[in-house]
Amino acid sequence: MTPLRWTLLVVALVIVAIAGVMLGTMRLPPAEVLSGLLGRGTPMEIAVVRTLRLPRVVLAALVGAGLGASGAALQGATRNGLAEPYLLGVSGGAAVGAVIAVALSAPPVVVPIAGFAGALAAIALTLVVARAAGGRGDARIVLMAGVVVGAFANAAIMVALANAQDNVVRGALWWMMGSVSDASWPQIRIAVVYIALGIMVLLALARAIDVLALGEDTAAGLGVRVVRVSFAVYVAAALLAAGTVAAAGLVGFIGLLVPHLVRMAGARTHRPIITASALAGATLVVAADLIARTARPPAELPLGAVTAIIGVPFFLARLRRLA
Amino acid sequence: MIGFSHVSVRYRGNRLRALDDVSIDAPDGALTAVVGPNGSGKSTLVRALVGQVPLEYGTITADGLTVQDDVRGVLARRVAVVTQREEPAFPLGVRDYVALGRYPHLGLWRAQARDDADAIASAVERTEIQQYMDRTITELSGGEWQRVRLARALAQGGRTLVLDEPTTFLDVGHEMAVFELLGRLAADGMSVLLVSHQLNLVARFAHRMVLLHRGRVVGEGTPADVMQASILESLYEWPLVVARDPAVGAPALIPLRSRPRS
Repeated sequence: MTPLRWTLLVVALVIVAIAGVMLGTMRLPPAEVLSGLLGRGTPMEIAVVRTLRLPRVVLAALVGAGLGASGAALQGATRNGLAEPYLLGVSGGAAVGAVIAVALSAPPVVVPIAGFAGALAAIALTLVVARAAGGRGDARIVLMAGVVVGAFANAAIMVALANAQDNVVRGALWWMMGSVSDASWPQIRIAVVYIALGIMVLLALARAIDVLALGEDTAAGLGVRVVRVSFAVYVAAALLAAGTVAAAGLVGFIGLLVPHLVRMAGARTHRPIITASALAGATLVVAADLIARTARPPAELPLGAVTAIIGVPFFLARLRRLA
Repeated sequence: MIGFSHVSVRYRGNRLRALDDVSIDAPDGALTAVVGPNGSGKSTLVRALVGQVPLEYGTITADGLTVQDDVRGVLARRVAVVTQREEPAFPLGVRDYVALGRYPHLGLWRAQARDDADAIASAVERTEIQQYMDRTITELSGGEWQRVRLARALAQGGRTLVLDEPTTFLDVGHEMAVFELLGRLAADGMSVLLVSHQLNLVARFAHRMVLLHRGRVVGEGTPADVMQASILESLYEWPLVVARDPAVGAPALIPLRSRPRS
């Protein structure tokens, strides 16, 4: 990617972030956003900026960065442009873990830990299913196994919710459609640990992912321990799923869409692909959340629905070009 | 140099071994060719070398180093492997692709140094791919792609090169160019182990040929030793004659039409 495109990517993120703090039921001009940030405005402005909108923008950016980076790495490591945390069942596994933790009224710190355990379990199950089908090394079979595990995880949550009270069901459904409306600083402090760590691990593995994307035999010939590197990528993806799902529920399409956009913009090796996917993912989720809460005020649209609505036309266009 | 010693491989669920007590030596300064019908175990040899199928018995050594999982990195600095097929999942620049040949030296973080750049430049020069460097690998023709893959393998900087059917899908001109290049590499002292079913070309370029059939070595020696109509006919289950190539005098196999009545 050219320096100009990197600059545009960063500028886009800054612009949507500023817009995210400015816009909403109460529109704040830039000057008041600044005074709110610095704690000099009216108590109302300070409250809106510091405790409502800024956490929301920051959390949306974190979630988007995690989803984008995870999708980019998974696509490279599995050599499949359809791989992403949501489709591979990693997010679904994290959701099951998180739901169990919430149902047992565990403290907020425990929710992503349970999500991480759930995501790891989903990955293990995916690999076991793929292996039983006879294709541990075949990325397509792993992907299909992931779809099965993800569907199973969703079904498990639905079954668990069948006996729950109405308000619990509503809350859980809302969360399964993705949302950052409950964003708070304590929540961000938890999410940032998982998401930053996950992205750092993926960036560290980027060069090995480049080699892995050439195919397993070639990668092995270049000295890459194929099983070990794939496993490390999956664990990092599980960390990211735990962080993003515990914070914002299930947000689809970002992990799928963003790496394609980034490659179209000219990123070729995985260090720039993962970095740019994190930036673009952050931008898209902040923008999607802005749309979710301003499109039909005072109602809020589910974040996952907005990301899907953004993603669908893009994929239709891609499909047409492929056909 | 690379050596297979009493190597046996059995795929899971198969009764017969894909490789059965196979011993092959590919010495320095020579082009050693492994030939044989489809399913004779040629590609399994290469997959066993890179550790993608486990050995049941036997050992593989490269420059005295026994091949096993914890020496993959060291091995990749000594032995470069060009597998039969490599279909990149995503577009990658040719420059980036060839540079991945330095992965065994650079690992995850080290930046390219002088010797890396030198190895890449020399690989690019030997394979004559300068004019493709700014393209992406998805934009290359079959012949160009094979040369770029060879460049990546040479950039690894080892003294041993193992290739599995490097000229499939190539036309005569490109095929000859690849074989000439392999011949020059062997003449420069490299150990080249070539898996191929292009018997006639192999017979012209190889110093030694090893004939595999159903996972066993059934013949080895100079091309003249191995290219015997009586042996090849039963192996390929097809009538054929071995003549002398009129231009260079190398043995040349000519398959005949239709099966003789028996």
